[in-house]
Amino acid sequence: MSNKVQVEITINGKIVQKEVEPRLLLTDFIRDECNHTGTHLGCEHGVCGACTILLDNEPVRGCLMFAVQADGSEIQTVESLKNADGTLNVLQQSFSDNHALQCGFCTPGFLMTLTHFLEDHQNPSEKEIREAISGNLCRCTGYANIIKAVQQAAKTLQNEEMNHSVISAQ
Amino acid sequence: MKPAVFSYLRPTNLQQALNYLEEYGEDSKILSGGQSLIPTMNMRLSAPAYLIDISRIKELNYIRQDGDFLAVGALTKHKDIEHSDLVKEVCPLLAEAIKWVGHAQIRNRGTVGGSIAHGDPSAELPCVLTALRGEIVIANVDGSEEVLVPEEFFLTYMLTSLQPDQMVKEVRFPIISKQCRSAFVEVARRHGDFGLAMVAAVVDLNEDGSLSNVKIAVGGVNPTPTVLEEVEHYLVGKKLTDNVLEHVSTLTEESVDPETDLHGTAEYRRELAAKLTVRAIKIAVERAKEGEKHVQ
Repeated sequence: MSNKVQVEITINGKIVQKEVEPRLLLTDFIRDECNHTGTHLGCEHGVCGACTILLDNEPVRGCLMFAVQADGSEIQTVESLKNADGTLNVLQQSFSDNHALQCGFCTPGFLMTLTHFLEDHQNPSEKEIREAISGNLCRCTGYANIIKAVQQAAKTLQNEEMNHSVISAQ
Repeated sequence: MKPAVFSYLRPTNLQQALNYLEEYGEDSKILSGGQSLIPTMNMRLSAPAYLIDISRIKELNYIRQDGDFLAVGALTKHKDIEHSDLVKEVCPLLAEAIKWVGHAQIRNRGTVGGSIAHGDPSAELPCVLTALRGEIVIANVDGSEEVLVPEEFFLTYMLTSLQPDQMVKEVRFPIISKQCRSAFVEVARRHGDFGLAMVAAVVDLNEDGSLSNVKIAVGGVNPTPTVLEEVEHYLVGKKLTDNVLEHVSTLTEESVDPETDLHGTAEYRRELAAKLTVRAIKIAVERAKEGEKHVQ
């Protein structure tokens, strides 16, 4: 097709410039053009949430956007979460500790939704967590362990913050 | 599940968008948040030759008080409604209903104009707009505007009176009197799914506790969101007794004509609409008695 459009999208801190077909979904851009295959495509019509990414720091469905719409935006995917030394970050480690995943297909979407959620919810209730993950489907865990993982992650992050403020006070 | 080929246009102002609409008309579709359009394109239920991406037209993104109306620009996102103090203050019914729209991830992208133009009878915003007797401002390519009420705009399932060269520009929610109280109730199979039935209700109480100024609309059970006029007339001057509520229930069942689908039978939806109408009225009256404006 000759109607390709030039886009510039920052993905996990790296600027990517490409010519894309307008019909290219953002998830396919991320997976096939940028080789970040951590973002998963489940239903491709906005129901399952597996493709959730952060667009300008807000969780959105990657399958309900064309790459051309994200021109000039910043995107974070699950690949951005790990610590600088390559180890799992607090939320990822909590998922691992609590068996909050079995097959793992839905996990990237959950992690991106929850990364944003934990930024404004330092001590979330179970109800708040359940509402936050209502847009992500998991067919293995029954959600109970995901909720435990979020609670552990919130607690760990809170402790880290307290230790950090103690250190900076000293 | 990939969309068919299309050409992409990105106007930067309203007039440019309207010019594209005039040029490409029925071969084109407006793309704003895309949360309803893109699923249908992914499933190839829709294959427009041109997509006119209006999401960067900044002049259509606002929430402001305009006389007796809360005026919302077509490109205002659901999340902006959800987090607006002005909406909570002057249109608590809208503030309550907006949380029922999809999931947070959808509300981060979906727009008010898109929800109205899509014309889905199970959508929350059309139901609220119908209950409040709101207005839809439509822009024409020659720069003129038309103002339609929901009954004129929503024609049937997913069909509105919008012409191929017209665009929804603004949605206007009437600001109800300070004493009025409202409630929005819905039943969906799962949180965030389309509602099987939903009811938006506004009431005011006379000093003796009887009702005045009743406004009720039901969604998801007719081809368009519907004002329950008979229920409204019946309730004025009445106090809520078991008999009155039973009659409300009967009147509601007579006013709706739902269809059976995968998610529920017609009979179930009819009964649900009646139960939800009673529930919405009870909650609104309860809130009126408490005298507290309800904003969660």
